[in-house]
Amino acid sequence: MIRRTVRFLDERLGAAPALRSALRYVFPDHWSFMLGEVALYSFVVLVGTGIFLTLYYVPSDELVTYHGGYEALRGRVFSEQYGSVLDLSFDVPAGLLMRQTHHWAANVFVAAIVLHVVRIVLTGAFRKPRELNYLVGVTMLGLAIFEGFLGYSMIDDLLSGMGLAIAYSVAMSIPAVGGDFAFLVWGDEFPGSPSFWPRLEILHVLIIPVMLAGLIGLHLAQIVRQHHTQFPGGLASERAIEGTPMWPGYALRSGGLLLMTAGLLFLLGGLVQINPIWQWGPYETWLSTNGAQPDWYLGWLIGGLRLMPPLEIVIGDYTLVPNPFFGGALFPGIVFAVLYAWPWIDRRRFGDRAAHNLLERPRDNPRRTAAFLGFLTWVFVIFAAGAGDRLYLVSSMPYEGQVWFFRAAAVVAPFVVWFVARRVCEELRAREDHPLRGWTGQVVRRTATGGFETLAGEDGRESDGR
Amino acid sequence: MRRLPRPLQIVVALVLSTAALLSLGGGAPAQRASGTALERQGRQLFVEGCSDCHGMDAGGVAGRGPSLRGVGELSADFYLRTGRMPLAAPEDEPERTESPYSRREIHALVAYVGSFGGPGIPRVDAESGDLAEGFELFSEHCMGCHQVVGRGGITTRGIAPDLQSARPVDVAEALQIGPYVMPRFRDLAPSEVDSLARYVVSTRDPVARGGWGIGNVGPIPEGMVAWLLAGVALLLVIRLIGERTSR
Amino acid sequence: MTQGPRNRILRALLALVALVLGRRRSPPEPPSRDEPPLTAEREVGARRRSENVALVLLAAATLAAIGFSVDYVADPDTQVLGLCLGAALVLIGAAAALAGKRVVPREKAVGEYHEFGDERRQEEVQAIVSEPGEGVSRRRLLVVAGGTAGATLGAALVVPAASLGPRVRDRVLTTPWRRGVRLVDSHERPIDADAVAEGTMVSAFPDGAPRDSLGASLLVVRIPPGELDMSAERRAGAPEGIVAYSKICPHAGCAVSIYRHPLNPPTAPEPALVCPCHYSTFDPRRAGALVFGPAGRDLPQLPLQVNAGRQLEAAGDFFDPIGPSYGGIRTR
Repeated sequence: MIRRTVRFLDERLGAAPALRSALRYVFPDHWSFMLGEVALYSFVVLVGTGIFLTLYYVPSDELVTYHGGYEALRGRVFSEQYGSVLDLSFDVPAGLLMRQTHHWAANVFVAAIVLHVVRIVLTGAFRKPRELNYLVGVTMLGLAIFEGFLGYSMIDDLLSGMGLAIAYSVAMSIPAVGGDFAFLVWGDEFPGSPSFWPRLEILHVLIIPVMLAGLIGLHLAQIVRQHHTQFPGGLASERAIEGTPMWPGYALRSGGLLLMTAGLLFLLGGLVQINPIWQWGPYETWLSTNGAQPDWYLGWLIGGLRLMPPLEIVIGDYTLVPNPFFGGALFPGIVFAVLYAWPWIDRRRFGDRAAHNLLERPRDNPRRTAAFLGFLTWVFVIFAAGAGDRLYLVSSMPYEGQVWFFRAAAVVAPFVVWFVARRVCEELRAREDHPLRGWTGQVVRRTATGGFETLAGEDGRESDGR
Repeated sequence: MRRLPRPLQIVVALVLSTAALLSLGGGAPAQRASGTALERQGRQLFVEGCSDCHGMDAGGVAGRGPSLRGVGELSADFYLRTGRMPLAAPEDEPERTESPYSRREIHALVAYVGSFGGPGIPRVDAESGDLAEGFELFSEHCMGCHQVVGRGGITTRGIAPDLQSARPVDVAEALQIGPYVMPRFRDLAPSEVDSLARYVVSTRDPVARGGWGIGNVGPIPEGMVAWLLAGVALLLVIRLIGERTSR
Repeated sequence: MTQGPRNRILRALLALVALVLGRRRSPPEPPSRDEPPLTAEREVGARRRSENVALVLLAAATLAAIGFSVDYVADPDTQVLGLCLGAALVLIGAAAALAGKRVVPREKAVGEYHEFGDERRQEEVQAIVSEPGEGVSRRRLLVVAGGTAGATLGAALVVPAASLGPRVRDRVLTTPWRRGVRLVDSHERPIDADAVAEGTMVSAFPDGAPRDSLGASLLVVRIPPGELDMSAERRAGAPEGIVAYSKICPHAGCAVSIYRHPLNPPTAPEPALVCPCHYSTFDPRRAGALVFGPAGRDLPQLPLQVNAGRQLEAAGDFFDPIGPSYGGIRTR
């Protein structure tokens, strides 16, 4: 049966050689290499659930009156997009499951990409010859964040509507061109022309997913061409790659990961509520709620906007740089610029122009690890500042004081982390102790007959005793 | 008074006492059954616990507490029953606590303060309120501070408390008073107050069709679930599926 | 020599031989691309226990999947559906991963990294690409002409993007407010001056104009006239201390929906209008002056007047432009 299929394909497409090398393709199988796969499989879930959602969503801001099942909104007049998602959540069987799974998958997608990027940088996988692939990856991170924002903004609920107003202000704040640019995107002054909503939809449903799929293809193609990097040890070297072959071992493991990722996302989608838009109500420009937040992957921007002092650069009556630019555009611009430039920053610092197929453990390059962790700390402190108002509620440290605290922390904490990370790396290397597995030596004792016997230590290392 | 001719003195006295009698009215009579005995008890408690800031005769102390004359049973009931008063220091922010007074003591204090005139304890019927109207009113007037499902919020230099413990009568009273830094909304019709109260009560248990509500405050707990639940679970999974370094 | 030491010397010699021979050879000859990678290790044989666990997982997954379909048809409940579908996927996935690690033969294979950087081919490619230049007399000119044409065509293709929206200049500076436009509340009822009591806040909109544009919504409060601290012109726009501000924060466009009004001014914070997004704080007694927060401008004030029927009207347009600043011309 298998033979007949293979013959069928080979006699028509000459597929046998390709199939053979594909099936025996070698995957280094360290667990941290699977973070990218988690992201990929989240994307698969996003596309699958997204197709379902797009069959119900109505991208129109025509006003409708609600007569559905949710009592607190009965008789309320709002836009059709909001109404269509409300109906999907309350009246379509499995509609809310698909919606929530989709939203959880988006959150996990970006989280997995972030963990993956951190792994890539800390192990030096971005070095030659893989800089291009790294750039593709950083681009996908940016697209994923943007795509997520578009996705939950399509609903025109109170929370995302407030977010869109802020996005509009950030767009407006781009020096010299901001005003025209924002009008271009929105089609008019905020809240925009009616064509704004179909624009959001087509970007979110077609244009960006196609771009992401294309970039993923490029990403995977480069990995296949160059082969995956690996940690040194065993038979692995700069020339030889050691791992699990695709069939059956890796296919089953990776397929298992796909199913488990999807399963976890569906479990969340059914059991843990996310974005209950009926509780927020529809968006109006003249309404706002306390405690409004963007999704986590944009939290760093709200932190930037909140921490910035009231600075606007005005020349006469010409506003050159409005305030939201600093926290909303310049800050992420700097972060992404550093991410994009990292391979070349790294090269300049260490003068390492050779090609590498072997990875370094984070501790093997303390300066890189410390610098990157310090950089991440800077972003993280600002991210934490964005949640400051809820912190006030539990800690009763006054908000003004908190703003100053986080401003100071954003400057000081990265250096503290940089220093501590360096010391920890150097310390680990000096002792060669694994932080989790501990000491990996052997305890031997001299036997009566003159040899040694192992009392404690790694299995499989036979003693030389007799 | 003594300079006036006698008939005029009588007229003035009559007018003044009538005015005094009239000013004592103007509230729901329900809580004032015991009359002066209760008020006397209240006065004693007041002198012990409140006069430091509000003055011996509830006339207020400059820079500390305002005068309570004319605030009525409504205000006294709100502040005392929710434990916002007594306050440790005048600049402290009043917040809902367990009152140190027993119900009887509160009853007495309320009667005492009410004896100076002012609105009585309002009647609210949350059941007869319209939930949709309540949601709309709450969105326009309240959620900027209290958050859309009443989970509380902050302003610079002030906290708007969460409303999960608020009873309908608390809502009605707070709307009239405008406690601490809250604005007041005295122009709402009784049916609107009922609707608002109904909505506030409903926020104790918002419709959670999606499962576990995780606090109903939006993306912060959602992000925490994504990282600390899903993220940790997936890290565990790949740790089990993948191999570890051989070194 | 005794048995022990002799064997030891033999072993050492063998080791030396192996080392010498082994050093000349490279590590297990990595296969060329056409050959299947070497299997360095292969462990066959599944433990019965692992197979059993896999079977149990698959059986449970089957039940869960059936559960999903049954619930969907019978009485769809989001939690049950999610639990069943999620469990089915997780269980099958666990079975697959378990099979991959413990049931099917475990193999360690060795492959080969390619080495990139073939100088000879690079030169050949360069030569091929430059070929068309052979025998062309005015190569530079042709290239420049082609480049110019291409660049202008590219620019032309991008230009229609400008149709996506209007120019900002003529739109942002207009609001629906003019002298005589009446203020109405969210239910379209005119607002009486006396309805704006001290201590309350009222959201207001222009009578007869759509209320969702940024220039439309207002927040109206009453400040005791003695507490107003503003220029004479602005004070004239605050009859009886009733003052109106744009409800749209000049920082990032959120609605300013917090009115911090002290019940007992000596012991409470000062009055303020605060935006819940980034906590820009404005003083309503001082013409919306910024007190705290990131906003780059003060909250714009709309002058009011009281008409014959004691209703509130606008006495003109805003004193300053409303809404978020933009990178462009902005009269101040």
